[in-house]
Amino acid sequence: MAMKTRYSVGGDEHVFVECDEEMSLEAFFKSLSLTGAIREAGIRGVTEICPANASLQVKFDPDVIAPDDMMAEIKSLEATAEKSEPTIATRIVEIPVFYDDPWTRETLMRFRERHQDPASTDLEYAARINGYGSVADFVGAHAGSPWFVSMVGFVAGLPFMYQMVERAKQIQVPKYLRPRTDTPKLTIGHGGCFGCIYSVRGAGGYQMFGITPMPIYDPKQQISYLREFMIFFRPGDIVKFRPVDRAEYDDDVKQVEAGRFHPLVKPVTFSLAAFHRDPAAYNAQLLEVLHGH
Amino acid sequence: MAIEVVKPGLSTSVQDLGRPGYYHLGIPLSGGMDQYAVTAANLLVGNAEGDAVLEAVFMGPELRFTAEALVAVTGAELPPKLDGVEQPGWTAFRVKPGQVLSFGFLKSGARAYIAVSGGIDVPPVLGSRSTYLLGALGGYEGRALKAGDVVPVGAARRDTPEGRSVAPALRGAVANPAELRVLTGLYWDRITEAAGGQFFDDTWKVAPEADRIGYRFRGGHALAFKPREQPFGAGSDPSNIVDSCYPYGSIQVPGGTEPIVLHRDAVSGGGYFMIGTVISADMDLIGQLQPNMPTRFVAVDMASALAARHERNRRIERLRGSLA
Repeated sequence: MAMKTRYSVGGDEHVFVECDEEMSLEAFFKSLSLTGAIREAGIRGVTEICPANASLQVKFDPDVIAPDDMMAEIKSLEATAEKSEPTIATRIVEIPVFYDDPWTRETLMRFRERHQDPASTDLEYAARINGYGSVADFVGAHAGSPWFVSMVGFVAGLPFMYQMVERAKQIQVPKYLRPRTDTPKLTIGHGGCFGCIYSVRGAGGYQMFGITPMPIYDPKQQISYLREFMIFFRPGDIVKFRPVDRAEYDDDVKQVEAGRFHPLVKPVTFSLAAFHRDPAAYNAQLLEVLHGH
Repeated sequence: MAIEVVKPGLSTSVQDLGRPGYYHLGIPLSGGMDQYAVTAANLLVGNAEGDAVLEAVFMGPELRFTAEALVAVTGAELPPKLDGVEQPGWTAFRVKPGQVLSFGFLKSGARAYIAVSGGIDVPPVLGSRSTYLLGALGGYEGRALKAGDVVPVGAARRDTPEGRSVAPALRGAVANPAELRVLTGLYWDRITEAAGGQFFDDTWKVAPEADRIGYRFRGGHALAFKPREQPFGAGSDPSNIVDSCYPYGSIQVPGGTEPIVLHRDAVSGGGYFMIGTVISADMDLIGQLQPNMPTRFVAVDMASALAARHERNRRIERLRGSLA
């Protein structure tokens, strides 16, 4: 498919690059490789390099480099980035999820008048509009395939995730009609084609499916696996959800508090070409890596 | 040396010049919304320009000092009082141990900056003492000040005289209506030409939803979109895009109705289209706008934006020169 890169400015301090108007893994990989090329180029005056799902943004100091020159530098890197093999060395992470938990359920009931279908829960609604016969079948699909972290942001450490299945199989739901003023911390959400994990409690517009016991942002850096850096996710991470029940959720929370929770994380190399040849078989291989068979 | 918080004000937080380098992980710059006023306050009391100060919005705190210090209040016209006696703004004055700094009613602007010789000495996090409220990061325990807090202050860097003042011509001022210069771009082409023209013709008003994350405006016409089939992943509303990064100062218009200009605690990305970006030279001004303030957006080109930036830099140079 043909992608059309579009360049623009965000005021006098940002260059904005849209790799494609629509979301795809190709657009994400282009954004990621161009981001990498810009970082490696070490262009003077650059202060922030931010990849997004299908676009990216560079913040720079125009007292050091003129906006036109900054734009030209980035354009000169595009051809190389486009040619680079869409393969990355990354990691696959298992995230336990307590679907249909009491906390997101209590929250969604409080905001029913802001929802498309006040008579259903978010899970019931998402299952129905995506053609699943039951919530259990929908959860099976949600937790059945891996997801790509295609952006980290909105608020500190929040991953946006893109489901690694053919487009026709991707879960899609609208956002709430009006955003909620509250979302429990660590809620598993979904809006448009993107999944997310709310890293902090706060406002939100994504549908709510469940909650994970595994913190992903800790500004105090006290949680054992967040001591080195307060944010868990990076763009390019691969996520696999695993449904857990109340007992396991409660136990995980205790383990986290006791400093004994160890996320299941394995290094893995991802090849976009190999994935496209047979997504189901490729995902099965990824899960073998995760479970160390 | 420390400051005891007797009353916290409306939302008083520790801020410096910000925390660059983590926006790609959703951690915004933070720092004082009016960076010029932060710089001026620090220079007046002999601090480094990037030392941490207190940012008070609309209403000042009440603070008791445990030791002698030099203090300066810049930014909004929020009259400082020492044991009840009014002190001049944009001027360094001496505070003795046990004295209480309080504030009168806000006369103009929105945010006052309180610098103390030695700087607010909370531990730096990721290279900055600024408070990122949404992420409970940095500053004083990651939050706005509360009554009873004891805020640490560093040792004064050098002996600085009291009574020094920023010349009136070098103080910040807010014109009415406020004018924010804008470089169009980003997803500007999503709206019709007529809608784009109308946006700059309208006089907007600052909405009550105006904080460190962003400033919302209302009172102008809704934007009309060019028709298109929404791209995969964007969402069904014509104002939706595939979630992208949000530049600082970018103007998003959810649903095409109320523009929001993101500021220093910006959400780093999301799914609303943006029509352009407020130029860097006008970002300080936004931090001084009160709700209901009439505001015009003015379209400029890159050359004008850079000229305005250059002019702001020269102004800071003059400020430095006058307080050297």
